[in-house]
Amino acid sequence: MSELTLTIIRLGLLALLWIFVFSVVGVLRGDIYGTRVVTRSSRQSRRAAERPQAAPAPAARNDRGGRSDRGRRSGGGNAPRSLLVTQGSLTGTALPLRESGTVIGRNPESALVLDDDFASGRHARIFVRDGAWYVEDLGSTNGTWLGNDRLTEPTPVQAGSTLRIGKTVIELRR
Amino acid sequence: MSTVSSHPPRTRRNVELVLLLLAVGIVVLAYVNVSLAVNNEVPAGLTTQVVGLLVLAVGFHLVLRFKASYADPVMLPIATLLNGLGLVMIHRLDLAAGRSIGEAQGTRQLMWSALSVVIAAGVLWFLRDHRVLRRYTFTAGAVAFVLLLLPLLPGIGRTVYGSRIWIGLGPFTFQPGEVAKIVLAVFFAGYLVQTRDALSLAGRKVLGFTFPRARDLGPILVAWILSLGILVFETDLGSSLLLFGLFVVMLYVATERISWIAIGLALFSVGAYVAYLLFGHVQQRVQFWLDPFSPDTLAVSDQLAKGLMGMAAGGLLGTGLGRGRPYLTPFAESDYIIPSFGEELGLVGLFAILMLYVLLVERGLRTALGVRDGFGKLLAAGLAFSVALQCFVVVGGVTRVIPLTGLTMPFLSAGGSSLLANWSLVALLLRISDQARRPVAEVRSGPNATNDAPTEVVAVR
Repeated sequence: MSELTLTIIRLGLLALLWIFVFSVVGVLRGDIYGTRVVTRSSRQSRRAAERPQAAPAPAARNDRGGRSDRGRRSGGGNAPRSLLVTQGSLTGTALPLRESGTVIGRNPESALVLDDDFASGRHARIFVRDGAWYVEDLGSTNGTWLGNDRLTEPTPVQAGSTLRIGKTVIELRR
Repeated sequence: MSTVSSHPPRTRRNVELVLLLLAVGIVVLAYVNVSLAVNNEVPAGLTTQVVGLLVLAVGFHLVLRFKASYADPVMLPIATLLNGLGLVMIHRLDLAAGRSIGEAQGTRQLMWSALSVVIAAGVLWFLRDHRVLRRYTFTAGAVAFVLLLLPLLPGIGRTVYGSRIWIGLGPFTFQPGEVAKIVLAVFFAGYLVQTRDALSLAGRKVLGFTFPRARDLGPILVAWILSLGILVFETDLGSSLLLFGLFVVMLYVATERISWIAIGLALFSVGAYVAYLLFGHVQQRVQFWLDPFSPDTLAVSDQLAKGLMGMAAGGLLGTGLGRGRPYLTPFAESDYIIPSFGEELGLVGLFAILMLYVLLVERGLRTALGVRDGFGKLLAAGLAFSVALQCFVVVGGVTRVIPLTGLTMPFLSAGGSSLLANWSLVALLLRISDQARRPVAEVRSGPNATNDAPTEVVAVR
């Protein structure tokens, strides 16, 4: 066997060893499991960029006043698809609405976990019934406000409706 | 305020299979390389050997598929590759020493590998939930104690090259310390899960450190005395360091208190220094370490010097398998297998091997982060750390970072007990990682779950 072949095998072995190492690392890169904890206050802008699917119109956030107002006017009566926190400690947080119901409250199991002393554990719920979206107060202490009215029963909402829970203001968006 | 979002894991078993085949391919290439370089021919019976290797590796993979489908996908390929590379190097040294197949170290190592893989598969098959082990906390403690003391018993204890860490039953010899490592990790994990609140909360604060109460120092003192006992009576610095390091790190993981590490390091330094003053063999080791090339040292042992020379001869890319002279170093196939690889695969190859260990340890620690019960966390962290510490002690010893001690390199070194222990260790880690990665809804919470365990009676002081 010639020296050349041996040299090729020898270097090939080293190369393969490193290919193995890098393929393992490659597998690990795609192998994320468990839970991810994100601190909201410091990362609002980055989260917005990271999760475009959570906010269907990320560009709209920059000039929120202009475009969303226009959207509200043109699409009055449209079904909301996501919610956006516009005031309070979670400002900027966006969340897609689920047909199965979105619970808002301080309880960690809620879909939107509020950091608001005036919110209850399970404060309010946004859900679909017969193709229409409703918001319902879940017996909270300080109440859920739709515009200027305190909710007493499940009330239909559209994109553009504004909810107030404690110090948090939530806008529903298309 | 923070959000917690969860990523459902995939099983990744197919990825594991691909990596496994790549690992086997590398081992076969290395084997062919040795044979070509030494005998100038492709090894006879290559197909049979490749098939044998594949059956073992894929067999274990299938056990994972059926019994732990969410287990970590990279541990098995890494362990297979390391074990295979070790086999190739031991075979290469057999060829250099001219040992026949019957008395070759490689043959024995191959048999032990097969046995270890089968036993590891058995561990996975029968241990369906690692939390079962918690029931045997104090049994494990007693077993570990006995295992550590066995070599001292007259009759079955054997003194091999100055260290009394072997037992011999007829033709079989075994190093119980290797298995004791795992059993001890089980004991420490079970014990610390019970007592960590007392160990971490009580105490007073001095100079920014929170020091524990005097009466909570008991366990660490017992571990310290045990490890010193091993150092003195079995003259095994490596096991002593491993045992004590394992305990201190598990204490730290359990309590999050740096003061335990400070106390542990202080105790170990004091103990080691006293041992240095009292015992000749410790002084000798330190002398070898500080001055491996002095005439005094070379007159007694030139092992360290030869190992360093071998690695230097290998350079960056190595001499190539079968082309160097690692057989000049005594114990080139066990304690000195790292310099053997350094010589023939070079710095590049050696670093690849070390990376494999890093990845294996990282996966173990990741498992500890991911698993949901405290016992599993401590056990996984302890097992992973024991591999890391062992690698550090061995590689540090042969590269003159610390005095040389007699530990084996996990998976690489020749030695049945070491292989057996490390494959079982990987099986345990795989079992824990299966629990860690399994989606919550699927986690079995039968009567075995610790949450549902009946109230335990704890000794009241």
